[in-house]
Amino acid sequence: MDFGPYLLLASLEGAVTAAVLALMAAGLSLVFGVMRVVNVAHGEFYMLGAVLAWVVASAVGGGPVLGFVAALVVAPLLVGALAAAADVTVLKRLDYDPERTIVATIGLLYILQQLTLMGYGPEARPVAPPFNARLALPWVEWGDAGPQLYWPWGLSITSYKLFVIGAAVAVLAGLWLFMTRTRVGLVMRATQLDGEMAQAFGIPVERVYAGVFGLGAALAALAGVLIVPIQQAHYLMGGEALLLSFIVVIIGGLGSLAGTVIAAVLIGMSDGIISVFFSPTLAKIIATLLVAFVLVFRPRGLMGKAAR
Amino acid sequence: MSTLLSTRALSKRFGGLTAVHEVDFDLPEGEIRALIGPNGAGKTTFVSMLIGRVAPSAGAVVFDGQDVTGLPAHSRVALGMAYTFQITSVFARLAVAENVALAARRRLGRDRAAVREATARALDRVGLSDRSGALAGDLSYGHQRLLEVAMGLAQRPRLLILDEPTQGLSDSEIAAFKALIRGLAAETTILLIEHNMAVVMELADTVTVLNFGEVLAEGTPAEIHASAAVQAAYLGTGADA
Amino acid sequence: MTGRGREIALHGGLVALLAVLAFVLPAYHHGNVARVMVLAVYAMGYNLAFGYTGLLSLGHAMFFAAGMYGMGLPAYHLGLGAGLSFVAGLAAAAGLALAVGVLALRTAGVAFMIVTLMFSQAAYLTILLFGTYTRGDEGLVLTRASRVLAGVDLSDPMARYVAALGLFAVALFFTLWLVRQPEGRVLVAIRENEERAELLGYNVFRHKLAAIVLSGTMSGAAGAAYGLLFGYVGASFAEVQYSIFPLLWVLLGGAGTVIGPFLGTLFMFYLIDLSADITSAYMLIAGLALVLLTLFAPQGLGGEIRRRWAGWLP
Repeated sequence: MDFGPYLLLASLEGAVTAAVLALMAAGLSLVFGVMRVVNVAHGEFYMLGAVLAWVVASAVGGGPVLGFVAALVVAPLLVGALAAAADVTVLKRLDYDPERTIVATIGLLYILQQLTLMGYGPEARPVAPPFNARLALPWVEWGDAGPQLYWPWGLSITSYKLFVIGAAVAVLAGLWLFMTRTRVGLVMRATQLDGEMAQAFGIPVERVYAGVFGLGAALAALAGVLIVPIQQAHYLMGGEALLLSFIVVIIGGLGSLAGTVIAAVLIGMSDGIISVFFSPTLAKIIATLLVAFVLVFRPRGLMGKAAR
Repeated sequence: MSTLLSTRALSKRFGGLTAVHEVDFDLPEGEIRALIGPNGAGKTTFVSMLIGRVAPSAGAVVFDGQDVTGLPAHSRVALGMAYTFQITSVFARLAVAENVALAARRRLGRDRAAVREATARALDRVGLSDRSGALAGDLSYGHQRLLEVAMGLAQRPRLLILDEPTQGLSDSEIAAFKALIRGLAAETTILLIEHNMAVVMELADTVTVLNFGEVLAEGTPAEIHASAAVQAAYLGTGADA
Repeated sequence: MTGRGREIALHGGLVALLAVLAFVLPAYHHGNVARVMVLAVYAMGYNLAFGYTGLLSLGHAMFFAAGMYGMGLPAYHLGLGAGLSFVAGLAAAAGLALAVGVLALRTAGVAFMIVTLMFSQAAYLTILLFGTYTRGDEGLVLTRASRVLAGVDLSDPMARYVAALGLFAVALFFTLWLVRQPEGRVLVAIRENEERAELLGYNVFRHKLAAIVLSGTMSGAAGAAYGLLFGYVGASFAEVQYSIFPLLWVLLGGAGTVIGPFLGTLFMFYLIDLSADITSAYMLIAGLALVLLTLFAPQGLGGEIRRRWAGWLP
């Protein structure tokens, strides 16, 4: 394949990564923004979403579409409920003390991961995509007779991958509308600005926190469900996803939804493109160091706004 | 008497708000100076710039002839300034004696006997000797304030800045505190940020009044008491004097 | 007994007990306890930063690994002797700790945790990147010849045990000495109230940097010793898990106590060792322990002992 079509292919693959990453990171960012909690177990909620998708899809039967749709509904709900329960039983009792909360979510990470290993096993398992038509893509070439279209061999994307991109855009738009246009969203943002003040105004901060933690986890689980038809479900898949979402959230500015989405697109796209040129290990080293240096020298994130 | 501390055109702006505006301030060695002013006059911001907790937007702080404007707080303390917090800030989970010993040790280093002696003396002066083994966090609020003062004393500073030391103290504790400060006057220069006018009138050699971040008046307690401008400032903002 | 006497009796007694155990323990536990002592040095190093200074690092595996590879690479590739390799390991860990400290200490709290986590992850990936020399996950097996220190073959079980005990005793008494020094007291003051310590005239940044360098060097000593005594240097020791372990050991044993890291390492080692016989998901124990400790016993075993029976415990 020529370089141009190759780059287009890499960008499309990057866009899929970016879409999934944006969903996951939005959850992490939401939880940090409202609760000031850094949830290290976030990657495990993503993994649980993927594993539950396999469980639900294999339990339902009746074709890939029905199984997938069931997973899309059930997995985020279950994971969200589980996270809300973890908030009430563990995080709330720690008074959301930042450092102790992190230690507790590290514990939660291992509990979820190891229970999955015990129940689901060490295998990687696929879920059939509901639809998977291969769409060939054209490329323009300047020949002797001016520009002309042609279909390079190997330049294609599946309809499912396009669906993932579309679904992520729709969910994120919905999340944005929810946070800015609805009463519940307003209550969440009020809690984000000042927890004590919100409490004084009769906002049930405890329930808001449980809801936000559940919603954040549900977003990660949704990302997990969307990814299983492309990548298989495995009990260790949370680690790398967590690292990438950390990178996105920190570069985008902790707690800023718009910054998170922009950073996800940037990282997701560049992850696809960079790995064309560099070894993936070197790319990851650069990314982790970038996060560290952003926190050291620009703690509000590259795109973060000035302090309120 | 030589000037121990002075500021020139010292200013602090927070965003659009000017908390302290071009303050020139001179404190001669050996004096007890009170700094008063209505709430929001910029007193705490001003002393925070003196000790180095807050960086000024403009102007200079000179201590003992040396420009300390660019120095971090710990260097200023090493030069002989000490600061007691307005909101008590002791090491709550450490013993009372260890709190004071930490203050003394910076000066005395590894000399354990000297540290022990300085600690005992400072605790004795504030009347906390019998509580030296207790955890600082278990002390009553008034006793924690006295512990703050003891930590200031143990540093044997040339300038002791006390930020609202009598806030929340009972009448009997205030009486004891006044006696303590009077006893200190011979050893150190004292800058007292104070709300309680009775304490100011009784202790201060000179009073400086801040209002809207500027020096409104300066004089003896009697002069300040008589000043119409000062009274207007307090009455205008809801008197607490 | 005076406070000083009690402390020396307790910690000297522990070292003496471990020395006696060298001749009593059956082979399996003999090897385990040697391992626990080396890992306890790692935990004690971590405790200097976390327990005494209040710096919660999530990246100490990089210091452990710096010691291990700083020792292992010259020993493996250049045939450097055990003594010099060990010193090289210490130097590598100290240098890395200094560099990381200067950068990471510009942040605090949660940002500090994430920055150390990221630096450690970058260090792990760097080991993988230079797979030609480090042989990545597969690791390096040190030859017997490179594990001879002053004529003693460290691959011999008894020699290994004695060397581990020696390092352990040095780290234990160094910590005991340090926390009694004015510098050690300042570290505790910084943990308790950083701003107050600064306003008592202490250079907080320099003290924290010193704490990180000491902590990193002690962790590196444990890493170098682990490589020498057990003959293996591998990238898995640089993974996130190895940053979480010392946190877990110290939390369990009691942060900010001298003896706590050893207790925590010993308990957790055997807990995981026993559960590994039952299930492959042995990290479940670690996860449960982290959550339960944070919820119900943030002071750990040592803290509980101090609170209930022995307020003098250093």
